[in-house]
Amino acid sequence: MLGRTLREVSAALKQGQVTPTELCKKCLSLIKKTKYLNAYITVSEEVALKQAEESERRYKQGQSLGDLDGIPVAVKDNFSTAGIETTCASNMLKGYIPPYNATVVQKLLDQGALLMGKTNLDEFAMGSGSTDGVFGPVKNPWSYSKQHRERRRHDEHDDSHWLIAGGSSGGSAASVAAFTCFAALGSDTGGSTRNPAAHCGLVGFKPSYGLVSRHGLIPLVNSMDVPGIFTRCVDDTAIVLGILAGHDPKDSTTVQDPIKLSRIPSEVDVSGLCIGIPKEYLVPELSSEIRSLWSQAADLFESEGAKVIEVSLPHTSYSIVCYHVLCTSEVASNMARFDGLQYGHRSGIDVSTEAMYAATRQEGFNDVVRERILSGNFFLLKENYENYFVKAQKVRRLILRDFVNVFDSGVDVLLTPTTLTEAVPYLEFIKEDNRTRSAQDDIFTQAVNMAGLPAVSVPVALSNQGLPIGLQLIGRAFCDQQLLTVAKWFEKQVQFPVIQLQDLMDDGSLILENGKLTSVSLTQ
Amino acid sequence: MATSVLRLGIPGRRWALAWIDGGSRHRSGTQPGPTSNRARGQSSVTQLSLRTAQKPRKGEHKWAAVVGLEIHAQICSNSKLFSGAQVCFAAPPNSLVSFFDASLPGTLPVLNRRCVEAAVMTGLALNCHINRKSLFDRKHYFYADLPAGYQITQQRLPIATNGHLTYSIYIRKKQSQVTTKTVRIKQIQLEQDSGKSLHDDLRSQTLIDLNRAEGQLRVDANISVHHPGEPLGVRTEVKNLNSLRFLAKAIDYEIQRQITELENGGEVLNETRSFDYKLGCTVPMRDKEGKQDYRFMPEPNLPPLVLYDATSLPSDADSQQVINIDQLRDTLPELPSATRERLVQQYGMLPEHSFALLNEVGLLEFFQNVIKETRAEPKKVTNWVLNTFLYYLKQQNLAVSESPVTAGALAELLDLLDSKAVSSAAAKQVFEELWKGQGKTAAQIVSEQQLGLMQDREALEQLCQATIDGHPQTVMDVKKRNPKAINKLIGLVRKASLSRADPTLIKEILEKKLSL
Repeated sequence: MLGRTLREVSAALKQGQVTPTELCKKCLSLIKKTKYLNAYITVSEEVALKQAEESERRYKQGQSLGDLDGIPVAVKDNFSTAGIETTCASNMLKGYIPPYNATVVQKLLDQGALLMGKTNLDEFAMGSGSTDGVFGPVKNPWSYSKQHRERRRHDEHDDSHWLIAGGSSGGSAASVAAFTCFAALGSDTGGSTRNPAAHCGLVGFKPSYGLVSRHGLIPLVNSMDVPGIFTRCVDDTAIVLGILAGHDPKDSTTVQDPIKLSRIPSEVDVSGLCIGIPKEYLVPELSSEIRSLWSQAADLFESEGAKVIEVSLPHTSYSIVCYHVLCTSEVASNMARFDGLQYGHRSGIDVSTEAMYAATRQEGFNDVVRERILSGNFFLLKENYENYFVKAQKVRRLILRDFVNVFDSGVDVLLTPTTLTEAVPYLEFIKEDNRTRSAQDDIFTQAVNMAGLPAVSVPVALSNQGLPIGLQLIGRAFCDQQLLTVAKWFEKQVQFPVIQLQDLMDDGSLILENGKLTSVSLTQ
Repeated sequence: MATSVLRLGIPGRRWALAWIDGGSRHRSGTQPGPTSNRARGQSSVTQLSLRTAQKPRKGEHKWAAVVGLEIHAQICSNSKLFSGAQVCFAAPPNSLVSFFDASLPGTLPVLNRRCVEAAVMTGLALNCHINRKSLFDRKHYFYADLPAGYQITQQRLPIATNGHLTYSIYIRKKQSQVTTKTVRIKQIQLEQDSGKSLHDDLRSQTLIDLNRAEGQLRVDANISVHHPGEPLGVRTEVKNLNSLRFLAKAIDYEIQRQITELENGGEVLNETRSFDYKLGCTVPMRDKEGKQDYRFMPEPNLPPLVLYDATSLPSDADSQQVINIDQLRDTLPELPSATRERLVQQYGMLPEHSFALLNEVGLLEFFQNVIKETRAEPKKVTNWVLNTFLYYLKQQNLAVSESPVTAGALAELLDLLDSKAVSSAAAKQVFEELWKGQGKTAAQIVSEQQLGLMQDREALEQLCQATIDGHPQTVMDVKKRNPKAINKLIGLVRKASLSRADPTLIKEILEKKLSL
């Protein structure tokens, strides 16, 4: 049952094949079994069981709230949840219990979803590995998959070779990949949903900026943050997006105009589409496996009658450094509120208010956060503002214009890699510092955030190491529905294999439910 | 906010005072100077500056002072600038605080439409250019009563710019003489208010009230002096002046201090000062961190504020979502200068009387209500409102709204006076009775205290005859054509009538009886 997609399990609930409480208990039991993945910071067992009970009552009375009623979900621990600790994986917010729900959380709850818990991340979502949070790194479930274990090199057969989940929403990705829930919320500022989705073999969706409310999402970069969605298939993402999208009076940056979102048709024709391949995304650091898959994917579209053309996004190479300036500046500003006075950590040092501020922030934030605050404040200084912040804003405009030009020229969707490589072992990952890693890992994803476009990472195939590889599709602003439609077609063609975690599953139900074990269309 | 902003004219008045006070040293002709203005959201800020050119006495240095005011005025709105929490004066501390006001992580600002409208109207009233697009910025500094670590304001592109306000002031001692001045308004900006720190020295702790918007008007004055024709001097900023009297005193003191400093070979430091109202002087503020860098940054959570006018308004615009400047202009109330002009035109009032009527909150409305209900001449109404009514208010330090005498009651009294039912002197007595607020009407008081004018001619003739008989010497003087004598007789008759007789009638009877 747990291996099913959200849509399938929703049908099973409606038909009474399983009750919300049974489903909830199964997920809770799996969360316990997979505790070593460190996917969850807080497991909200009692809340989830109570919600399941209420959902069960609704089903019995024939008053189900819809597709999400009784469905276990998880939420990244940087979304405010009323009555449930929200830490951002930081000492600064340990013990902080928000008095309100983020709009997206509220929308899920209003639909009857069961909140299983709050998932792990890099501290304040600053990172690309989910390794830099105060609660420790997230382990990629694929580290323990049959597919990977069979293929990895023999000298790596001890437990220390586990892989990173990607980040910063690694906990959400791992929670869905390990079947502990059917959908999870991440956040995506520079790729934080798409990157772990690619590494964990999931669909990871970043909506258009302004389509989904940020109210209650503890910000990293307000002008780029969006709530992201993790599911095991594109249809599920469409269901969740349909619930989350829409204007929120509490977030002035959400668009007023209603965006039409409907169920994606089951038969999709891509023959009329124009697919753009940005030449700047072909970088030397790109692994040959991913490069080859990218090329095969382009051929796949072409073979179905789509027009595939090479396009140029000329300012791509400036994007990362521009992102760095804008990101750290907003971070410096957003982190200013954490002063130990009202909520979260407060240092015991009290010789003066200033000393208390300094000690609180020293103790509360990790090095990554403090470094970004320092950089950001430097860029915002009166003497530097024009040379850094204003210039970066101008470059951002040029990057946006690159995309607009390409779409104006008739391209419907861009096809790119999501990551440079498959997931790497933790021990390898931490050889580089957070800043270097983020700059490398965000290379294909952050420009999309600068431009506010919708993008989705679709799992495509397994690498030689038996690890998932995702490709990214980027759409026009607010053409999220069209993007997901193309993604669904693509997903159907590639037939990405289901993760084999039978060691985890007592009943082995997983592989039986949805057991296509090998990729079909795209092979190495 | 409108009320607060209208008070902007008053700093000009103090200039007239400063200029005459400065007769010994810094006499000045007042000139309009560069002016800036910020309107503050939760509270709003206005800044204006005045420049005075000093006219020296022979052999003296010429000094000119330049003054710029940053005026923070609270917008009169039901809820805060960026949150739905209510605004209420003197509410218990932290009782009106939304999650946003407390800067809980993840909360976002939502702009209050009413505050934008108030800012636009203020801009229009101050003849500003209203920016069709304005932006919000974050201004960063750490302070306990600033929970987000930054304040949302409009630093780069404010809602209104480049305005001016023309105002008139009395010239001292000659209250009847009024002169007209202009100040320039640099900008009006919407700005979030910080919280309020309450220092408990006893327990050596600081408590924070995030209700905000406590002070309705707060002024920072920037002051420098220089020799005309030379570059501007180094300025000081006197912070947190919350009364017009102290504002005037602080500026006077600071100009004098700077001149003295410079004339003694010293220098003026660019510093912030505060005004010690007990000692009447400005003192440097302890500025621990030295020069602040506020690290301004665009507020990413608020899209640009776009305003429309009749020509730019999209045809399919949702009226709830757009603000139309032209529509707001139509709803502007009559501005004070126009009201004064109208009063002079409509009632033949002296200009200084029109000022007096507008200088007191509610007085004009009171006046107009009396006019509406009485047959008495406007001139008479003006005199009664400004002399008698206002005098009583001032004596007891009451606002117009607190007056025990309603406009209707005064109108009734003036009707009695107009119909000669009471004499003018008796009317004053009636007014005094009305002021006691015992719920009696003017007519009741007149009848109970027999203050009505004597209508019985025969009785009055008897009273006149008795007075003539009792004062042969005065009668003699009258007959000798002493012009004062007849008035004395009239006075005596009035006294005998207990002020109830009409002097014109008395005069007529007396003249007849004495065959004048």
